[in-house]
Amino acid sequence: MDKFRMIFQFFQSNQESFMNGICGIMALASTQMYSAFDFNCPCLPHYNMAYGLGILLVPPFILFLLGFVLNNNISMLAEEWRRPQGQRGKDSAVLRYMFCSMAQRAMIAPAVWVSVTLLDGKCITCAFCTSVPVETLGNTSHPLLSQGEIQRVLARIPCKEIYNGQELIANEVAVRYLRCISQALGWCFVLLMTTLAFLVRSLRPCFSQAAFLKSRYWSHYIDIERKLFDETCAEHARSFAKVCIQQFFEGMSTDLVAARCHLPRKAPEDAGEASKKLLGITDRGTMNMALKSWHRCKPPLHLHSPAFPSGNGWAGEGQPPVYPSVPRRETAAYYSLV
Amino acid sequence: MDRFRMIFQYFQSSSESVMNGICGLLALASVKMYTCFDFSCPCLPQYNMTYGLGIMFVPPIILFLCGLILNRQSLLMLDEWRRPEGHRKKDLAVIRYMCSSIMQRATVAPVIWIIVTLLDGKCLICAFSGSMDPEKFVRFANVTPVQVEQLLAKVPCKDDELMRNNISHKAVSRYLRCWSQALGWSILLILIVAAFLARWLRPCFNQAALMQARHWSNYIDIEQKIFEETCCEHSRLFAHKCILHFFESMQQEIKLHRFNMPREGEGDEGEEDLLQGITDQDKVNKLLKTWYYEKPPMDVSQATQR
Repeated sequence: MDKFRMIFQFFQSNQESFMNGICGIMALASTQMYSAFDFNCPCLPHYNMAYGLGILLVPPFILFLLGFVLNNNISMLAEEWRRPQGQRGKDSAVLRYMFCSMAQRAMIAPAVWVSVTLLDGKCITCAFCTSVPVETLGNTSHPLLSQGEIQRVLARIPCKEIYNGQELIANEVAVRYLRCISQALGWCFVLLMTTLAFLVRSLRPCFSQAAFLKSRYWSHYIDIERKLFDETCAEHARSFAKVCIQQFFEGMSTDLVAARCHLPRKAPEDAGEASKKLLGITDRGTMNMALKSWHRCKPPLHLHSPAFPSGNGWAGEGQPPVYPSVPRRETAAYYSLV
Repeated sequence: MDRFRMIFQYFQSSSESVMNGICGLLALASVKMYTCFDFSCPCLPQYNMTYGLGIMFVPPIILFLCGLILNRQSLLMLDEWRRPEGHRKKDLAVIRYMCSSIMQRATVAPVIWIIVTLLDGKCLICAFSGSMDPEKFVRFANVTPVQVEQLLAKVPCKDDELMRNNISHKAVSRYLRCWSQALGWSILLILIVAAFLARWLRPCFNQAALMQARHWSNYIDIEQKIFEETCCEHSRLFAHKCILHFFESMQQEIKLHRFNMPREGEGDEGEEDLLQGITDQDKVNKLLKTWYYEKPPMDVSQATQR
């Protein structure tokens, strides 16, 4: 009992820590993805904004969906949501709790991506380089051409090798300005997320602790129940298969006895365990027939009850067993009665 | 039994050590964050101060909040503070003790960030280069005030073209860095002396009350853990009974609807018990369908009374 309890504690603590572990791995994966990604600003007026904001916002969305996909509990939530009511009422508080805890974990990797992107600065530099305030940072008195030309020059700010507007506005000045704004946004974003997390975590005990405990218990219960049901079904399937196969072999051996007129039931009492396990199949030909029969004509998924208690039945002394009046769907040639 | 006891002892001692471990990890994380962070001063007159002081003070707030969030004891303390009194009186000393230990652990990482920032010096150079007195630095003396402001703002950016040939910027940097490092070391010294005094002088004041508070805060932690474990065990047993009850009721239903050969209990052993009377494909399918469409009520009182 103690060992059982120890293992169960580990299992239970393991599931939460397993989820937290996946969450942490995804956060690390998102930073790794960002550093491995080769950022390549197009340096063209209208493409910059699309590229920059796309890199800032599309991968977080993908990571968020991935966070849901990798979470095992999503199928449990869906099942609990869609099942018919039956004899068990549905508690929407439990569904809300499950959804909230999954959503919280799924939001961590996208938040990490957005923070790292903003703190690094390349995306914002690429996206907003055409909106740099040239009046304050550069010299607009430079006799340059139209607005479009200025935009094209400014769009090349992230690409230092092809930048040709040094007289209009120095490249380092513009990059420093944009990066400063990007980092400020990044830190504000991180501060906001952390404050939200703190508020959510600390206000909960003040308001609805009892309801929270209830929802948490029942959501764990649903998970455990589902696992136990799967285990019970697996055990049942195992027993089913065992009995089915046993009956198959018994049927084969009966069949062979009938067909080949062997001496019936030469069950020698002194033969021992191993001989009993042979189930009457004692030579190659018979075994081959058994294997062929298993392949060609599998028995129906219908176990007949073992109506021959020991000491009765085969020998012909007692009355033949009463078969149930259940219509059989498949003919089973080896149910022949001798 | 021995193994269980060993693990339980580890479990018990590990609540404090887990919190200390988290505190240490956050401190390391703050140093790592600082080294990874690419500090780039904007070198513009109005932005320098905001940027510099922002980098010095906003991440510590974030680290402090993280320290509170990651600490399990903060939830316990809030729980204990807000719970209705019921049959158990509330002890304010315990709540105060828990609060102070949480705060102490949560302030380690922010303080480390601030000290590392000051010892490195970049933040202060960026923030205060615009507020320097130009009279002290000869080269800047013969330009207009606006240009002086711009030049001073550009001091943190060493590779700016204006700065490359100007040696006064080095003087400004050195001056500011010296102040920054002095401030950093002083804060570190003051904090360590304060910690030393607090720890050394504590036994002189009310040691018995402190021991009591610590014991009861530890107790609350353990009680919460054991409650959660017991709930898990209970829900497992509940589920087990519920499923068994479900299989049995299916068996009864099958007996009622289809006249199988009556299965007396004495002949059946071993596998037959496990099969619960569900012995063909149709019955299995029906069982699975019933499980989905009509889950059994969460009431195992009949099963336990049997």
